[in-house]
Amino acid sequence: MTNFLLAAAEEEVHSAVEAAYTSGFWAEYAWIMLVIPWIAVLGIIFFGKRMKYLGAEIAIGMLAFNTIWASILFILNITKGVVYEGAVTIAEIGSNLIFELGWVVDGLSIMMYFVVSFVGLVIFIYAVGYMKGDVRVTWFFASFTIFAGSMLVLVGAPNLVQLIIGWEGVGVASYLLIGHYWEQKENSSAGMKAFFTNKVADIGLIIGAIMVGVTLGTFKFSELSNAAAEHADSLALVAGMIGALLFFGAMGKSAQFPFHIWLPDAMAGPTPVSALMHAATMVTAGVYLMARTFPLYQNLAEDIRPWMVAIATITLFAMGLLALVADDIKKVLAYSTVSQLGYMMVAVAAGGYTAGVFHLFTHAFFKALLFLGAGSVIHAVHSNNMSDMGGLRKDMPRTYWTFVIGSAALAGIIPFSGFWSKDEILVTLGHEGYTAVMWIAIAGAFITAFYMTRAIMLTFHGSYKGHGHPHESEPVMTVPLIILAGFAAVVGFLNIPGVEFGGRGNFTQWLGMREVVMGDHHPTAPDWGMAAIGLGAALLGVLAGLALFARDKATQQERDKFEIPALYPLLRRKYYMDDAALGLVWLIKAPFARAIDWINDYIIDGVVNTMGFLTAGLAQLVYGGLDQRGIDLGFNAFAYASGGSGERLRRLQTGRVQQYASVFVGAAVMFVIGFVIFG
Amino acid sequence: MTLAPVLVLAALLFSLGVYGLLARRNAVLVLLAIELMLNAVNINLVAFEAMLQDSLATGQVFAIFVITVAAAEVGIGLAIVLLIFRNRATANVDEFSLMKW
Repeated sequence: MTNFLLAAAEEEVHSAVEAAYTSGFWAEYAWIMLVIPWIAVLGIIFFGKRMKYLGAEIAIGMLAFNTIWASILFILNITKGVVYEGAVTIAEIGSNLIFELGWVVDGLSIMMYFVVSFVGLVIFIYAVGYMKGDVRVTWFFASFTIFAGSMLVLVGAPNLVQLIIGWEGVGVASYLLIGHYWEQKENSSAGMKAFFTNKVADIGLIIGAIMVGVTLGTFKFSELSNAAAEHADSLALVAGMIGALLFFGAMGKSAQFPFHIWLPDAMAGPTPVSALMHAATMVTAGVYLMARTFPLYQNLAEDIRPWMVAIATITLFAMGLLALVADDIKKVLAYSTVSQLGYMMVAVAAGGYTAGVFHLFTHAFFKALLFLGAGSVIHAVHSNNMSDMGGLRKDMPRTYWTFVIGSAALAGIIPFSGFWSKDEILVTLGHEGYTAVMWIAIAGAFITAFYMTRAIMLTFHGSYKGHGHPHESEPVMTVPLIILAGFAAVVGFLNIPGVEFGGRGNFTQWLGMREVVMGDHHPTAPDWGMAAIGLGAALLGVLAGLALFARDKATQQERDKFEIPALYPLLRRKYYMDDAALGLVWLIKAPFARAIDWINDYIIDGVVNTMGFLTAGLAQLVYGGLDQRGIDLGFNAFAYASGGSGERLRRLQTGRVQQYASVFVGAAVMFVIGFVIFG
Repeated sequence: MTLAPVLVLAALLFSLGVYGLLARRNAVLVLLAIELMLNAVNINLVAFEAMLQDSLATGQVFAIFVITVAAAEVGIGLAIVLLIFRNRATANVDEFSLMKW
């Protein structure tokens, strides 16, 4: 198959593919989408506080504009296909490394533009209701806009440098937003945890990018892809390392095991932040990077793909289990996101470019929906814990039904969107020969359905256990839920194998990069056998959840300890991953700190003190010897001389006018005599 | 006309002035002696002007300047002497060595 695909990458096919696409106004000016968020940020910061909704209207207007633009591109891409890449040269490094800022418009980036703008728009509108009366609303929307804007810069990047700029921008914005309620220590700590965990992984990305620049002389994705397609010798030598390093970076942002530890803590931020972070921005960046550099992994960095699959498999299974025991509803969703990111990553790593990106696409809608639904519940009961909820389906019917749709999509129940994307991942895994991984993924589907059923049961069924009387949220919050529920229900149909929309096939074809994507498996007809297995696992999960949680159990301990006793503490402690990370840090830190302390006390202090003593001694010498005895002596001698002579000379000033006149006349006479004699 | 007698006259007047300036004790007489010296110079100026037949009459102009300065000087000098006399009841220059060290 690789041979065929390499042939497809040959010149004539390539150019024929290129010619079939169009660009036009909307693609050539797509940079506007990347620039206006930053103008909006300035607008919010400088004028936000004076506006009625404290700057939210600027952010929403900006995203509405971007949504319209991205939708037009999306439709153009469906009907005709759009490909464009533009760039502005910013600087040249050395003779051949050129740093450009630019924008890529192709299937993948159009999909991301649309998801970021549209899901972002819905979440922003929701946030107006959610954040009403909150502290620092203007600042929140400014940071939120930076978040979305950075993600747009990231997905529009034609080269690795711009991608890193957006990548770091997303990291900074997430830090600001997770720590939004920084008055409480644990919130700001969560922000720092997210930032530092990401920073560790970012080092991999940066080194990988530098290696790409050094070996290829360019940072451009298009040239990286071409070099990979042509098995360029310079790249082949280091492809494995570059692939591993870029994946290392993606592991941080996409919260792959063992870098997942930051994501559950990131729930400290306001719920709209979690929704945006888990749906459209931040965590999808790693998957996007893998998709963007897919040809590299498919052709040159093949050796590391099994490792990537292994890490993603651990992530998708182990993190799903954690969602079973979490009490905080947002943490349930957070672990489910980590698990779903494992699905995306395992698909891309196994060679299922379309499957992974399609799951990213559907996941964006239903995970945003679930988070906003959870936010609506939290808004009503003023608690994150499901032990304070229960029975809310009567009080909050709109939230309940949209949450059920989102959960069904996440669990993979036909016909909701998650079913189609998860099914495609399973098919891809089977097709690529990762049979064991495929079965683990099916087990993961069971777990997913299980924990979502648990969450629904604990939150919306049974009897209410919190305080006060919860009410349905206002329309500014429920309408976004309904919109997202609509999308979460239907977007899965875009990629049913064999079903076509518009003029250019379905999602699979729309997504095709300009460079032919090699080795991506495209089933032509649905694999109903696999679909049945996946659906069966999901339904089994729902049944298990119902069996255990349909009855309204009395105490928190009872509801939590449904698990196998040996596994339960392990899960509650999150596999001791946080402890392990802290222990590792401590292990490195403690001896290191002691060594540094010793060096500080004895070596640095010694040097400093010696220098101090030497300086003081020298100063004493200079003061006593040179200054007091040398320089001062000179000045004093002058002073005494002037004083003494003044003492003597002042006696000439007698005050007697006629004495002065005598001297004057005498001098005049002397002058005259002088003239007479010498003149 | 010969210059010499006039110059001799001026020299005598000047010497008389110097003597008065140095020898007199009364401040008013000292001032008068200064006037003598100034006028001796005036005679010299006019005499040399007459001898040189200067068309601009420079000597006479200078003489008038000197007379003006002398008038001003005597005015200030007499005012000082008057004040000293009022304060000390004497005009003896030996007794006002106020401006000494």
